Amino acid sequence: MSPQYEPVIGLEIHVQLSARTKMFCGCILSFNDPPNIHTCPVCLGLPGALPVLNERAVHYGIMIGLALDCDIAERSLFHRKNYFYPDLPKGYQISQYDVPLCLGGHLGDVRIHRVHLEEDAAKLNHLGTSGRIHGSDRSWVDFNRGGTPLVEIVTEPDLRSPEQAREWPALLRTTLRQLGVSDVNMEEGSLRVDANVSVRPVGSTELGTKTELKNMNSFRFLERGVRAEIARQIALLESGEPVVQETLHYDPSQNAITSLRSKEEAHDYRYFPEPDLVPLVVTEEMLAAARADMPAELPVERAARFEQQLGLHADTAWLFARRTDLGDYFERALAAAGGNGEPATIDPVELSNWIPQLAERIGTEADPAESNVAPESLAALATMVKAKEVSRDAAREVLTRLVDEGGDPRAIVEREGLGAITGEDDGIGEIVDRAIASDPAAAEQVKSGNGKAIGPLVGYVMRETKGRADGGEITRLIRQRLGL
Amino acid sequence: MSELIDLSAAAAAERIRARELDQAELFDAYRERAEANDLNAFTWVADGPPARNGYADKPLGGVPVAVKDLFCTEGVPSQSGSKIIEGYRPPYTATVVSKLDEAGAPLLGKTNQDEFAMGSSNENSAFGPVLNPWDRDRVPGGSSGGSAAAVAAGLAPWAIGTDTGGSIRQPAALCGIVGLKPTYGACSRYGMIAFASSLDQAGPLTRDVTDAALMFAQMIGHDPRDSTSLEFPGEIALPRAEDLKGIRLGVPEELMDEDSGIEPGVRDNYNATLALAERLGATVERCRLPHAPHALSAYYLIAPAEASANLARFDGVRYGLRVGGDEDLVTMYRRTREAGFGPEVKRRIMLGTYALSSGYYDAYYGTAQKVRTKIAEDFSAAFERFDFIVTPTSPWTAFELGSKTADPLAMYLNDFMTVPMSLAGTPAISIPSGLSEGLPVGFQLAGPAFSEGRLLDAAYALERVIGFDGSGARK
Repeated sequence: MSPQYEPVIGLEIHVQLSARTKMFCGCILSFNDPPNIHTCPVCLGLPGALPVLNERAVHYGIMIGLALDCDIAERSLFHRKNYFYPDLPKGYQISQYDVPLCLGGHLGDVRIHRVHLEEDAAKLNHLGTSGRIHGSDRSWVDFNRGGTPLVEIVTEPDLRSPEQAREWPALLRTTLRQLGVSDVNMEEGSLRVDANVSVRPVGSTELGTKTELKNMNSFRFLERGVRAEIARQIALLESGEPVVQETLHYDPSQNAITSLRSKEEAHDYRYFPEPDLVPLVVTEEMLAAARADMPAELPVERAARFEQQLGLHADTAWLFARRTDLGDYFERALAAAGGNGEPATIDPVELSNWIPQLAERIGTEADPAESNVAPESLAALATMVKAKEVSRDAAREVLTRLVDEGGDPRAIVEREGLGAITGEDDGIGEIVDRAIASDPAAAEQVKSGNGKAIGPLVGYVMRETKGRADGGEITRLIRQRLGL
Repeated sequence: MSELIDLSAAAAAERIRARELDQAELFDAYRERAEANDLNAFTWVADGPPARNGYADKPLGGVPVAVKDLFCTEGVPSQSGSKIIEGYRPPYTATVVSKLDEAGAPLLGKTNQDEFAMGSSNENSAFGPVLNPWDRDRVPGGSSGGSAAAVAAGLAPWAIGTDTGGSIRQPAALCGIVGLKPTYGACSRYGMIAFASSLDQAGPLTRDVTDAALMFAQMIGHDPRDSTSLEFPGEIALPRAEDLKGIRLGVPEELMDEDSGIEPGVRDNYNATLALAERLGATVERCRLPHAPHALSAYYLIAPAEASANLARFDGVRYGLRVGGDEDLVTMYRRTREAGFGPEVKRRIMLGTYALSSGYYDAYYGTAQKVRTKIAEDFSAAFERFDFIVTPTSPWTAFELGSKTADPLAMYLNDFMTVPMSLAGTPAISIPSGLSEGLPVGFQLAGPAFSEGRLLDAAYALERVIGFDGSGARK
């Protein structure tokens, strides 16, 4: 029998910092401006020009380090990473190497290896049908992007599934957005994620040979790319072939993976300390300034509060942490329920369960605050469900109406006659009797102690009442009728 | 005319300020001489005096300055002696050149140099060798050979150059003028086409110590565009010392022993200079710089390593030479750099690339950096007991053109006594201390970081008693 395989995934994330100016010069940062208008001798790599470190970028780097619970180095170094390419005007990129700004740390259950500062390369535009360098007629370089401040965040290989490779970067993006340090827009390239993927037999503690997967410009493609690569590697191993260490390109339109370069073709970057810059010394004042600019509550802290103080299910708590719009909506609904100075009577868990349902109805990317459903309406609906004033099935129907037309859930229940049916309601006794009559064998089994046999009887009543009756209540009524 | 040319820069500035001399007249006198340029000292000469007025009342009085080719000067060719950026006209001006202009020293011309400052004879220039005005069959030294020859020959009142391992001091010595390599960080490097960033420093090449002090005072200071530049502690006054009473001079055993290859004439001159110093009240004792003999090896790893990265930008993509632009990218890179760089530059790029390569870094670059630290510690220890370390600047006087080009190692030995201070980042000055067989000899004084004021004072006191006459080169 072939072994079960476990994926092991680490991420390298490049984040463009939304400082006003570039990493090592005073040129303005822009997006979509005409090419090569934001340039100077420094970011063009003209002879004799020298870099000067952007203080704002350092400030943002420290904030990111604090948010990821990293150790902020008192003294870190910049290195030159040497390679030739037309988007790299100096022939080297100024980056941090063995003494980065931030070490260690974690975000949720994924550990952070390091966070360092560096400069972005310029943008290459390849003219031709493919849009890629191969097969292009001509390539233009736009230096507007060259020298944009970047942080690179490197995780430990702690992710274990393609889903996590989508969800965890989303949590990171929310965190960075909340810090206000980046636009974190994957399509515009201000957030870029590369994945290091390997697989190993379940139970093994050794790491398999990894490949590096590039060019995934959305979380969905990231998940799909990682899934495809895991499948590719497992197929290789199962057919007795080794995984080769290489850098891969993921093409989402074809769901295809192609090799960019093998380990043998890897560059020797000849890193050495950048002699044009002095060591970056982080003072107490700089740390204090970064702390002062931190938001009151980071997404991970919010998730912890939801989970520990409000008792939310972990998946929901982390969903609300990743999706600030959902989390904010939840909090507004929660507050609405306790409005007018009265203590909240709502069950937070009940409420939280209705938000993913709302999200599903309005489209997974949409902000519920923009929908027809006011937070207080959803809170009212959840409260009615909890109080068994309306059944779950009926409440789903009410929610659909709320999404379509808005309004007050109580009025919809009233108008549509969707209120829960209880023992006191007229006609319910008759329906229960019909249920027992329809399946006497089941009734006998229930009477003789087979509790599970009640299912078809309950189902009958549910059908007859179009889901308005509460399952527990129906069970109680049937058993009562059977003299149990 | 000849009277004008015989004025020191300080004396000329004095006369201009007193309105006894017209600034434009002085400019034109030098401009004509620079233009005639039979030493190949200049790669570009200004058309005429600057249109802007007001130089006369500035500290440098409008006395024009010759600037080494590698300083970027807006709209003016700045080629660093290399074919790969032949005719390159930068869109901006180097900080020290701007500072000198603002202080009253307009640009006279750009001076020839070894390609990317790599050389000790100026024979590595893509624009041909510079000739030594004392003997035109001989080299002026390098890499600031054009600046040194121009000042010595009276083609310029003064000049600036850069010193990475001796590139100001050695040509100053071989041409019989004063050359100051400042403390690393004293002058901005912004706009200097880099050779080895952790070593490069701008400094003056002048006819006498007073001129050096006058110019240096206007070059120093922190530049927000150069993170490695520093605010100079204190001010640089014009030197006035008349003696060397209480000054302790250290003679480093390791640099002066029998193996160091110092020519007998140079050694005799050096000893005579020490005797003069003692007469002025200095004490002279032997001192130790135990790691100094390894300085040259460390230097020839660190400097090429940094150069290999600094010169990567000359790739044919954005400016300068491009060869084979219709081929694929790598072919274009290769052909451009093959055609654009001279042999010495290629040698050092290869050396530096190798020294930084994966698997060799620790053995070469890493070890060299450790040696560098040890050398700096040697100097710190020595300066606890001595005010200055003194050596001949160069083991030789000017040598014949072509005599060392076939042997790079022999050429590198030129820097034996100048490289240690470069690695330590400490200042040193070379002053002419006499002639040996008709050729100038240089005497080097090195002090601790930011001791330029005291260094210039001591050099001035010595200069007075040496009484060197450089007029022989100003024909």
